[in-house]
Amino acid sequence: MNQTVFAPWNDPEAKPLIQFKQVTKKFGEFVAIDALSLDIFEQEFFALLGPSGCGKTTMMRMLAGFESPSSGSILLAGKDIAPVPPNKRAVNMMFQSYALFPHLSVWDNIAFGLRRGGGSKEEIAARVEEMLRLTRLTKFARRKPHQISGGQRQRVALARSLAKAPKLLLLDEPLGALDKKLRQDTQFELMDIQEKTGTTFVIVTHDQEEAMTVASRVAVMDEGRLIQVSTPDVIYEAPNSVYVADFIGDVNIIEGAAAQEGDAVTITWAEGQPPINARSTLSLSPGQKVHFAIRPEKLTISAERPDDAANAMTGKVLDIAYLGNISTYHVELPSGQVLKAQSANTRRIARRSFTWEDTVWLSWTNTAGVVLEK
Amino acid sequence: MRRLILIGLPYLWLLALFLVPFLIVLKISLSDIALSIPPYTPQLDLSEGWAGFRAFLAALDFENFTFLTTDDLYWKAYLSSFQIALLSTLMTLATGFPIAYALARAPREWRPTLLMLVILPFWTSFLIRVYAWMGILNTEGLLNQLLLALGLISEPLTILNTNTAVYIGIVYTYLPFMILPIYAALEKLDDSLLEAAEDLGCSRISAFWLVTVPLSRSGIVAGCFLVFIPALGEFVIPSLLGGSQTLMIGKVLWEEFFSNRDWPVASAVAIILLLILIVPIILFQRNQQKQREAEG
Repeated sequence: MNQTVFAPWNDPEAKPLIQFKQVTKKFGEFVAIDALSLDIFEQEFFALLGPSGCGKTTMMRMLAGFESPSSGSILLAGKDIAPVPPNKRAVNMMFQSYALFPHLSVWDNIAFGLRRGGGSKEEIAARVEEMLRLTRLTKFARRKPHQISGGQRQRVALARSLAKAPKLLLLDEPLGALDKKLRQDTQFELMDIQEKTGTTFVIVTHDQEEAMTVASRVAVMDEGRLIQVSTPDVIYEAPNSVYVADFIGDVNIIEGAAAQEGDAVTITWAEGQPPINARSTLSLSPGQKVHFAIRPEKLTISAERPDDAANAMTGKVLDIAYLGNISTYHVELPSGQVLKAQSANTRRIARRSFTWEDTVWLSWTNTAGVVLEK
Repeated sequence: MRRLILIGLPYLWLLALFLVPFLIVLKISLSDIALSIPPYTPQLDLSEGWAGFRAFLAALDFENFTFLTTDDLYWKAYLSSFQIALLSTLMTLATGFPIAYALARAPREWRPTLLMLVILPFWTSFLIRVYAWMGILNTEGLLNQLLLALGLISEPLTILNTNTAVYIGIVYTYLPFMILPIYAALEKLDDSLLEAAEDLGCSRISAFWLVTVPLSRSGIVAGCFLVFIPALGEFVIPSLLGGSQTLMIGKVLWEEFFSNRDWPVASAVAIILLLILIVPIILFQRNQQKQREAEG
């Protein structure tokens, strides 16, 4: 089977739906968004990810029309949207608090936007019914928002914002108020609905797992700037900076001086410790200070020194975090550095191979980690 | 036992200070005028025992209520009171809503001070404030002097002793009762609801009518009743600021009691007024109940 991969961002011919061009937003002296440029394509599920205060919500509010950029321009389908007020934009937003109208029933909440559009009664009713079916809310149509559960409210908010068939749907921390189990189910539901409707989704979240699950591309933000924009696997496997590596998932960071030969890099990092062997396409100057980042699950833990490992170090088990399916071992090297190594719990806990104070070997291949300049 | 006392106290209060006086007034309204002290008959004389009580009951009748229907002064006074109360309630709403809205939108740290300013007039006696309005509104008063000085009018306006002065007085006096409940409702309003309405295609104005007004409805209704109910029976404002043509039931009541010394007719007037007021009071209670249910 030959399936085309959805990746318009790699296609130089593709026209982006949204373009941020050198957008800066200031609140007084505070710079919320700093000369930011970004393209988002049609039918994308795009995630803005970052800690609170990084400017992700400001970007979303600029798209919705509640804030306007201090300088630069935002284009929607090629047109500058700065002069268009929020009520005239083909953009709808799902609010973090859901912002359901408490005095209206579920049905009337969903119909609210359609009624402003001036369609006939039958058209509106048909569209509302369609939305109710899509979000599995038909049974609750006559209820008021305070008479339904949190998960149902979330679906009403989604149905309401999708009812007008916007070109772009903005979701502000859409799952933040749900508990973990419900959140996971809803993530798949969101992806399903996005696929069915073909709407472009932009989601704002501080939950990296959520961003990784739902998004086709993720933008990691910090202090009003984009640090990295890429697909979830690239963000995870090949972060471009310590900030991204650290923000997404768990990571070991080792600082050292690099020596390069072709694409092979050796990093000298502590006295009495063997240098780290890695590969990198970066061109590094001899002795340059670099960071070596490696995910805990890429470290193999063993009792004996493996024969053919590119990197191997010995240490003492300091701590074990038992998570059920996996365990994270905190291993202290003779240099004092603590590395985290993860392994799946394939055996029952009583029969696990290592325990506290055991001397173990950590090993990894030369392609397991990434070399980062900053 | 302690619970019984706790619940019993307010009931005892109502019994002693509302129900008992009400029954006395009801009894007087069924009596006949007489040249005596007190100026009505029959009076209950318990010394004659059961027969005396039956004779007392037999002497009571609805004559005074019938009398109220024969003289058109009374129903005209009720109607005009109703009209004045309704109109001044609407005017208070029109003045109070924007003030409450501004209060609710004011920066959080300013709100306590602004609320304080709204209730500050209560620190001065109501009577003195109404007298102050006489000083402002009369022909040589502050308002006319100001308007003359500005050249907006060439001769002084007659405001005092007209219905206009009554409206001004009622709106001024009851404004805080309108502002406070509306403010309480608006303050709870989530800003993101207005943003959501705009996002879904509402203009600012239609968002106001479709979201802000329905969600502050309970506050508006409460404020309107809190103004309408006392305004209907208002006596001080029409008698001080109103003129001879200002017809309000409170004034009629006063004249029956103190000028005509016709206590039975005056009591009948008071009973009818109470019966008229029961309707809006029940509606008000129902509104409060509904609001509590919606919040609970």
